[in-house]
Amino acid sequence: MTPEKRADYWRANLRLLAVLLTIWFVVSYGFGIILVEPLNAISLGGYKLGFWFAQQGSIYTFVVLIFVYAANMNRLDKKFDVGEE
Amino acid sequence: MTPLDMWTYGVVGATFALYIGIAIWARAGSTGEFYVAGGGVHPVANGMATGADWMSAASFISMAGLIAFNGYGASVFLMGWTGGYVLLALLLAPYLRKFGKFTVPEFIGDRYYSQSARIVAVICLILASITYVIGQMKGIGVAFSRFLEVPYDTGLYIGMGIVAIYAVLGGMKGITYTQIAQYVVMIFAYTVPAVFISLNLTGNPLPQLGLGSEYIQNGVATGMSLLDKLDQVVTDLGFKEYTTQTMGNSLNMFAYTLSLMIGTAGLPHVIIRFFTVPKVRDARYSAGWALVFIALLYTTAPAVGAMARLNLMDTIQIGPIGSVEGNLLYDERPEWFKKWEETGLLQFEDKNGDGRIQYYNDADPEFAAEAESYGWAGNEMVKVDRDIMVLANPEIAGLPAWVIALVVAGGLAAALSTAAGLLLAISSAISHDLLKGVMMPKISEKNELMAGRVSMLVAIMVAGYLGLNPPGFAAGTVAIAFGLAASSLFPALMMGIFATRMNKAGAVAGMIAGITVTLLYVFQHKGIFFVPGTSFLMPEMGMGQDWFFGISPNAFGAVGAVVNFTVAIIVAKLTAPPPEHIQHLVEDVRIPRGAGEAGGH
Repeated sequence: MTPEKRADYWRANLRLLAVLLTIWFVVSYGFGIILVEPLNAISLGGYKLGFWFAQQGSIYTFVVLIFVYAANMNRLDKKFDVGEE
Repeated sequence: MTPLDMWTYGVVGATFALYIGIAIWARAGSTGEFYVAGGGVHPVANGMATGADWMSAASFISMAGLIAFNGYGASVFLMGWTGGYVLLALLLAPYLRKFGKFTVPEFIGDRYYSQSARIVAVICLILASITYVIGQMKGIGVAFSRFLEVPYDTGLYIGMGIVAIYAVLGGMKGITYTQIAQYVVMIFAYTVPAVFISLNLTGNPLPQLGLGSEYIQNGVATGMSLLDKLDQVVTDLGFKEYTTQTMGNSLNMFAYTLSLMIGTAGLPHVIIRFFTVPKVRDARYSAGWALVFIALLYTTAPAVGAMARLNLMDTIQIGPIGSVEGNLLYDERPEWFKKWEETGLLQFEDKNGDGRIQYYNDADPEFAAEAESYGWAGNEMVKVDRDIMVLANPEIAGLPAWVIALVVAGGLAAALSTAAGLLLAISSAISHDLLKGVMMPKISEKNELMAGRVSMLVAIMVAGYLGLNPPGFAAGTVAIAFGLAASSLFPALMMGIFATRMNKAGAVAGMIAGITVTLLYVFQHKGIFFVPGTSFLMPEMGMGQDWFFGISPNAFGAVGAVVNFTVAIIVAKLTAPPPEHIQHLVEDVRIPRGAGEAGGH
């Protein structure tokens, strides 16, 4: 494996991390803490939206993020041919 | 013996028999089996075991109560203890699995080509894990003494005995399979009462949806959502509004959440669970499954907390506030009230001598004045322990005896599974890192396995001793353990993978600086080594309570982590780069190909 290919694989990985960690930050710290008050003006069923993100929504998003990460990394492993046999 | 006692002994006895059965079946025959369960655990099974490993007595017994009394403010625990898995899955687990060794300090020692880095990591690991395990030991003793009416210390000995059997015999292998069984017990015990209560209060069987549904009071739809109703009920009695009350300022909530997240990702007993799966791709998925199993409990907990709070308020305030008949007569209090009064978790004091219970917030001056005009003389529920929200929940909702028995077994499963995981992390750091790694590199595998078992036994006895004689700080320890892991291990591990240029001097200086700053801030508030009376807040110098931007000691791990990163980067810049073979090691860890079974060589 060439050093360039290695570097490309790592860059693609870091790009994926940047996207996923941005979402991770926005749903928890963003919607759940910083923007909680304005979001609470909106309701989701019987929930205030900001409260929902802090106690429910962020957790669901975290689960999805990890599976999206795993699926995308598997795809990258194949594309760059660095996966386990 | 009452039917409830029989159910409780029966269910707890059956689960213990199951754990011992698994221990005999899953004996460890090699160091590989003892440290990493032979590396052949299915990712979904490992996810389930991680869930049990992770969810401690604090999650099971105390968290819903924390939510019930802190409302929105308790979101820091919900987000912090789940969001950490995103960091773990994306930043650490797959790479550490690729590295393929037995322990966390071993990675730090190899990556930073230094025995001293490894020893510093062992010390940080033991500090964080011991603080954490004390809470579990207490949880075991408390669960036994409250439900089976055996003395606290007898309960603790029984718990120690059970852990000793499967952890000493089976090591990680025995622990893994008992944790899977414990997860199942725990999640049933948590969700069954929650489903019944949600059905009672909202007609929706899913607590996650029930919390956002319309409140049905005694079979009559109220036209109000449950949370709005709860907000109204608590604010009418002078308490803070449930859905908006905070825990400190926004910055404190931010730092608290961050500290718990980074700490979660840096706790060794969780990280080593990912050494047990066969491949790197398994480690990625396994983290996702772990969070699925954890989220089942963590998304139920907010419903349990809110509904238990509403039930409690409605039990006491039975009519309009201020009318004589509005408050429950003490003589007419329900059975569960009496039972929990005996344990001291609930305490009533008839301050105005009217024989009725007034439960309100007398610290709120406006409502206290109003209450006075009703002839109330102060809040009469002088103690409402937060643990009661889970422990008494099935009784408050009038559920059958077998459900109550299940909750007892669940609480014990939560405490035992976390204790076992922590004890393994401690004992493997001693037998593998200190003994084999530093003191006796030539030790044979057979002797190392024996040393592993002996250090496990010693760790259990030390933990038991600390559980019997808990240092004064035991109550607040769990959150501090996260701060310690966040400020020491996580940054060293992450930079070990993501910063090729990070070297020995930087990592060691970072770990020491991070954990020192965190410990100093904690000691400053809570006493040096938690000895009462030795706290050294200096308000006259601008160092009063939570002086650092209003951040509480429990939330300070995030600041410690920032200090760790900063110091490490500066020191690394000023010192020589790591040798070439280390840079190759980092490049190798970054790609999955070539991952073998986890091994010690």
